[in-house]
Amino acid sequence: MAENEKMFPVKIITPDRVFYTGEAEMIEFNSTSGQLGVYKNHIPLTTVLAPGAVIVHEAGGEKIAAVHAGFAEVLPDAVTLLAEIAEWPDEIDVSRAEAAKKRAEDRLQAKAADVDLARAEFALRKALTRIDVKAM
Amino acid sequence: MASMRDIKRRRSSIQSTQQITKAMKLVSTVKLQKAKNRAEETNPYFNAMYKTVSSMLKRSGTIAHPFLKPTGSDKKAVVVITSNRGLAGGYNSNVVKLVTESGFKKEDVVIYAIGSKGREALERRGYQVASDDSDVIEAPVYEDAAEVCGKVLTAYKNEEIGEIYLAYTHFKNTVSHEPTLMKLLPVELSGGGDEADSNILMNYEPNDEEALDMIIPKYITSLFYGALVEAVASENGARMQAMDSATSNAEEMISDLSLKYNRARQGSITQELTEIIAGASAIS
Repeated sequence: MAENEKMFPVKIITPDRVFYTGEAEMIEFNSTSGQLGVYKNHIPLTTVLAPGAVIVHEAGGEKIAAVHAGFAEVLPDAVTLLAEIAEWPDEIDVSRAEAAKKRAEDRLQAKAADVDLARAEFALRKALTRIDVKAM
Repeated sequence: MASMRDIKRRRSSIQSTQQITKAMKLVSTVKLQKAKNRAEETNPYFNAMYKTVSSMLKRSGTIAHPFLKPTGSDKKAVVVITSNRGLAGGYNSNVVKLVTESGFKKEDVVIYAIGSKGREALERRGYQVASDDSDVIEAPVYEDAAEVCGKVLTAYKNEEIGEIYLAYTHFKNTVSHEPTLMKLLPVELSGGGDEADSNILMNYEPNDEEALDMIIPKYITSLFYGALVEAVASENGARMQAMDSATSNAEEMISDLSLKYNRARQGSITQELTEIIAGASAIS
């Protein structure tokens, strides 16, 4: 039972589906202020997600997913990630991500006046996250 | 009494109308099924978002944030979600009625239309329409909702509008849809909720204001998206019902006309016979 006391429920929900629900020992994710690892009995925290890999440490092993935007609500006994986009590695199309990466890089390089830099940067980070998660 | 030919013509015209309504009913049944599944898949996100945001706002106590207090403007933005196509019974007019009978002053209301039927109806009544994103309703995706949301929130931040409302049709189940007018901003919390929950002090990262700044737009966007998906389901549900009753009305009219047609036919035969008999007896 000692093992089970460390576990807490984790939920990842996107607008289209309930992406993941389960019990975990720890969850790692990227917030806008850096990487976070959350164990049970964390202080209550609400933070904004940055594009990155989410690693759920389950009793049986790890689960990795790419999460792009949204926010996380951390409570002492539960963690909920409300993500706008979330994908498992096998749902990621690497060639598309590479293409998107190149497109975004070109845009950032060009620095033309009509290019929305923030948007291009976000697209680049999304593409990089996808490639990283797939490679993990 | 109408002539046989007239009755026949009318009957065949109703018959072809019935074929159309029947086909439309089948199409909207299939579409409803799809839209319903999507609405059900969206629900968990929508509910979790609502729960999180309302508990967050309760815990955060008195954060002075622009989204939480009224701006100076009297203008009210109403996002009206209707369909692009008609023949859906009272679906569109119910939503429009919601706006016209809301008690808002016409000159204070700014309409953000999604769905051309609602936009046309409100324009005719003299409302000011700020934007029109009617093509969104055909296949709503989250990005569309985010775009509309961005537009409305920018106007709110610039203090062009003071309140944001959402008028859409809530999809309860296949046969029951409820036109709903919802206040989005400034955020109003309904219900007490459990008090024990609110004793935990919530921490925000990077800080209160920035976190709320990013979360509230997401909250509004998720409400928009949920409303869009539900509206699509309601539209198809309403159309299915309307077409179902149209089909059965046509059925009724056809049987009525068939009866009339047979009577007229019998009448003309009888009349011819009488004429022949009368003619024969006159000769003899």
